[in-house]
Amino acid sequence: MSLRPEHELHSRRKSLNIGVGILLGAFVLLVMVLTFTKITSTDFRIPASQANGVGEQQNTGGTD
Amino acid sequence: MTDVTNAQSFDADPQFGDYYALLKPRVMQLVVFTALVGMLAAPVSVNPVVGFASILFLAIGAGASGALNMWWDADIDAVMKRTVNRPVPAGKVTAQSALYLGAALSGLSVMMLSLSANLLAGFMLAFTIFFYVVPYTMWLKRSTPQNIVIGGAAGAFPPVIGWTIATGTLAFEPWLMFALIFMWTPPHFWALALFMRNDYDDAKVPMLTVTHGRRATRNHILGYTIVLAVLAVGTAFSAIGGWVYLVTALVLNGLFLKGAFEIWRRDEDMSEADNFATERKFFRLSLWYLFAHFVAILVEAALSSFGMGAWG
Repeated sequence: MSLRPEHELHSRRKSLNIGVGILLGAFVLLVMVLTFTKITSTDFRIPASQANGVGEQQNTGGTD
Repeated sequence: MTDVTNAQSFDADPQFGDYYALLKPRVMQLVVFTALVGMLAAPVSVNPVVGFASILFLAIGAGASGALNMWWDADIDAVMKRTVNRPVPAGKVTAQSALYLGAALSGLSVMMLSLSANLLAGFMLAFTIFFYVVPYTMWLKRSTPQNIVIGGAAGAFPPVIGWTIATGTLAFEPWLMFALIFMWTPPHFWALALFMRNDYDDAKVPMLTVTHGRRATRNHILGYTIVLAVLAVGTAFSAIGGWVYLVTALVLNGLFLKGAFEIWRRDEDMSEADNFATERKFFRLSLWYLFAHFVAILVEAALSSFGMGAWG
């Protein structure tokens, strides 16, 4: 018995799968662009609670 | 909600477009437009990438609430002519899929809007989805003739959220935009209910036309339109108004009041004689009414950014 290269189910769902794939790719791209935009904006600040260890310039004096 | 769809047979797998239709694309267009105006009318400029992403996540949240609405209302959608071709009653998508899609996109959109804009915008989106799905869809839509009035509030939040995306705070002006949509919704839908006469009766949705009669509905349309006109023209003298908005509001509210008065003056015999021509005309005008008011607010915002704000 030979394996069928493509199950009939796959061809029926092809447009849905392609659509979802494109949407997921676009979502990842959007999050990347959004992140880049936010961290390069002039008013970006590392929260004080997370600044320790990042570097002396950003270290705002955490107590630990 | 009933299990109307569980007994359906599904001849074909749902396609991408069927899931997209679950999100009520036409409602999403209105959400995007009014939220965009709310964001651009705010006195704080937004980074275009942040603004685009935030409005997109807001639109996804609105679509999610639409999917949840279709999940719960599958039984009445199957009865009404206007909604019978929606994906669930048409047998293209199961009600359970609509629930899962709606729930997943609700969580995703609230989380992403909170990250892209601010926590207040995310909270307001979460509240809007909750308000539309639980108090309106699950409870009041089937229990009170004021369903449209209350449901209108959910549709009125997007410009407030748009403003919040830009400023991170709330102010008086976005609530004027909220009030504009809130007061516009009842006459818009009651006009529709007058000429889609059997739909709501068949579905046993307690629309005003069903519970209080068509005469009372005509009275309500006129009453709400008068209050709406006062509010819409009054908005011209706020920070988001100006000469362009004032002229737009005066013209459109004059036409809208005339239409509401004509609806009020007519009885069922007159309406049936011309197949509800006046009611249909009023409904079409209502679409342009809201669009033009928000375009005018947008124009005023653009003029202000060039230092040409009318009242300032």
